[in-house]
Amino acid sequence: MEDDLILRIANLSKSFGPIRALRGVDFELRKGEIHAIAGENGAGKSTLMNVIDGILQPDSGEIFIDGRPVTIASPAVAQNLGIGFVHQEIALCPDVTIAENIFMAATNTSRSMLMDYAGLERKAGEVLRRLGDIDPSALVRTLSISQQQLVEIAKALTLDCRVLILDEPTAALTEREAQILFDIMHKLAQQGISIIYISHRMAEIFDHCDRVSVFRDGQYITTRNVAETTPGEIVNAMVGRVIDNLYPDKQSDEEKSEEIILDVRSLTERGRFTDISFQLRKGEILGLAGLIGAGRSEIVKGICRLGGEVTGEVSLRGRQLELTHYKDSIAEGIVYLSEDRKGDGLFLDMSIASNVSALSVRQVASFLGIIDDRKEVALAERLGSKLNLKCGHVGQPASALSGGNQQKVAIAKMLSVNPRVIFLDEPTRGVDVGAKAEIHRILRDLARSGVGIIVISSELPELIGVCDRVLVVREGRISGEVAGEDMTEEKIMYLASVTEERPQAV
Amino acid sequence: MAMTITPAEGKRQPAGGLVDLLKRLLRMRETGLILIILTLFVLMSFASPYFLTWVNMRAMAMAFAVEGIVVVGMTILLISGGIDLSVGSVTALAMVIAGLLFLSGVDPWTASAISIAACTGIGAMMGFFVTRVGLHHFIVSLAVMVIARGACLLGTGGRPLGLFTLPPEFKFIGQGSIGVIPVVILIFLTVVVSFDFMLRRTTMFRKVFYTGSNEKAAAYSGIRTKKVVFLTTTLCSALCGVAGIIYMARFGSAQPTFGIGMELNVIAAAVIGGASLSGGSGTIFGAILGTILLSVVSSSLALLDVSVYWQDIIRGSILLAAVSIDHYLNKRRG
Repeated sequence: MEDDLILRIANLSKSFGPIRALRGVDFELRKGEIHAIAGENGAGKSTLMNVIDGILQPDSGEIFIDGRPVTIASPAVAQNLGIGFVHQEIALCPDVTIAENIFMAATNTSRSMLMDYAGLERKAGEVLRRLGDIDPSALVRTLSISQQQLVEIAKALTLDCRVLILDEPTAALTEREAQILFDIMHKLAQQGISIIYISHRMAEIFDHCDRVSVFRDGQYITTRNVAETTPGEIVNAMVGRVIDNLYPDKQSDEEKSEEIILDVRSLTERGRFTDISFQLRKGEILGLAGLIGAGRSEIVKGICRLGGEVTGEVSLRGRQLELTHYKDSIAEGIVYLSEDRKGDGLFLDMSIASNVSALSVRQVASFLGIIDDRKEVALAERLGSKLNLKCGHVGQPASALSGGNQQKVAIAKMLSVNPRVIFLDEPTRGVDVGAKAEIHRILRDLARSGVGIIVISSELPELIGVCDRVLVVREGRISGEVAGEDMTEEKIMYLASVTEERPQAV
Repeated sequence: MAMTITPAEGKRQPAGGLVDLLKRLLRMRETGLILIILTLFVLMSFASPYFLTWVNMRAMAMAFAVEGIVVVGMTILLISGGIDLSVGSVTALAMVIAGLLFLSGVDPWTASAISIAACTGIGAMMGFFVTRVGLHHFIVSLAVMVIARGACLLGTGGRPLGLFTLPPEFKFIGQGSIGVIPVVILIFLTVVVSFDFMLRRTTMFRKVFYTGSNEKAAAYSGIRTKKVVFLTTTLCSALCGVAGIIYMARFGSAQPTFGIGMELNVIAAAVIGGASLSGGSGTIFGAILGTILLSVVSSSLALLDVSVYWQDIIRGSILLAAVSIDHYLNKRRG
């Protein structure tokens, strides 16, 4: 059995101050397998991967490669041992060519004085051809996020590695690109390369991986053959309890209402979306599906004036709105939750309380505009407890929270203005299973209380599980609507991409 | 659905203690500065009998008070994510404009008002280039630093303007005292206390923190971030104008070469006091402590007969040390 293993980790521990990120973890990786790592955020997955890649040093424990104990002192050592790591965050230099980015490490260690640009581009072209249609001489900043992700993967592929770590590589990819990636993964595995695959998406794990290891709270829980387990079992192992009902109840028939909260007519933004018309009814959760780049976010940003110039009409409860700035939209109670929580959703270095009151500092201030700290803290605490926010104190910086709790702070920020319509863009991205279910429940409660809700998500099971009705956007137009029994991944994918082959489950 | 605390979150439970620790660390920055300043005081009072005299104290306070007004503007600008290299030149320009107007027969109060308005206009222009044209603060203010200095030299032919006929009630701003307290110090204290309060407590200035902390998130909170940056840029230049007028009243002249290198002193003071060059953090109180520290050091070195040439080296080293310590503490906190 031992010969079969390329990487073995025994009793590994790592602490950050008082936080024990890894506690006596074991892990075994076989040659040529695709091994999924599952666990909630904070379970220790990233810490373990960073130890394997030499970014972090363990406090105790052993790492064996091919049965020999090794010390991985730095990423360079990891590279020499044949370990490649594709990080979730894209770390490319935007102002140089794709080819130069791909061979950055090689250039760094090269002994040649001169750059061989033509050679780099040729070699890069060979790798990129396997991944899709990307010109190696283009500058990285001209690429979309998903293309940049592919470049990161290409970079790892050139490293000649025996162990390839992929940290949520499909988070930013379209279905088609993800499928290409999976094909490449299988090809690499056949060549004997072992792949560690980190993902939150059960469907990906069950469709493309051989084994799955579950981590929870810094501890190793179990490893299963994918063929011999079920997604439910893995989720339960991840959260350490039985999640009986992942999604809250839908709108019941009695709750259905004809009352229209938001009426959008012929909304158009040049180059982004065209002739968007739809109605949001009271009490319903409306989903917006579509491929990345189809224009979903742009549409809701257009409605609340966070985007460019739009034409068309928007009415709130029968009254036509004249909005010129997002500020006006907030005043009308139409708010937007950004998809990029860390980038533009939160003020990470500021306190939870200041984050919550950011949309309307006035309401925690006296009439002269002097902020009342007690009011501000009370507002954050009231909304925090409503959302079941877990934090030590609302004076803590938002950066101290886990992903799920950060997202709750972002939601609390929206609720602080008693909104009438909220747009949530990828509300559960990077949020662990438990917090995800809570956020879904919160959305349903809000809808019941009369708040109009539109959810954008790239996770089809989420849209289907949470929404009462889903609009599908393709190339800036609404290509269809599904509701009730019609809400299936196949139908939505078909509407989102008639040009695509058989849809791939997310 | 009832949810228990997930392990990931449970782990972060001792955060309350962490916050207290953090708060203590934050307090330490200002208390730390005060301790350093007091230590210098004690050491210097032994080293030089002249140091702890009223005359020296008063001279020192006068030295940092006017510059302190500029530090206030700079700190607010830094918090909003900007920077201004033109403060020294604009302060000098304020003197020159008011001085020239006065010499051509304009009443000194009107001349001062026009001059402050002109400086405000310069700030607005920089704000325009930063927020509308989309240039970086550094470049815009570098250009304005050179232009304003050029304008000073052009207007005066490079020589100081003697303003001997300034009426005594005008000179009172820069030279007079109310009781034993110089008017300059009173103006300084008023500016510092009011801006410190506003920055800590008003919604208007909270937007400055939001904008500097994360401009995109601020825009996504409905804050007009460009307007905020425009206003902080304008305010900084306006305060330079105020400082320039006080200097003029104090010196009884307008000096076209005044304030060369002042921007470095001012930025250093703000940063030593806790302002971040990447925006989002800083306090007026801290920045003023930074100003006092630099001023006490300068004064001490002068009293100890240290060569003027050494003083810059020492000041630079203090800045480097302060920022390094801060960075280290920040990493420890993070």
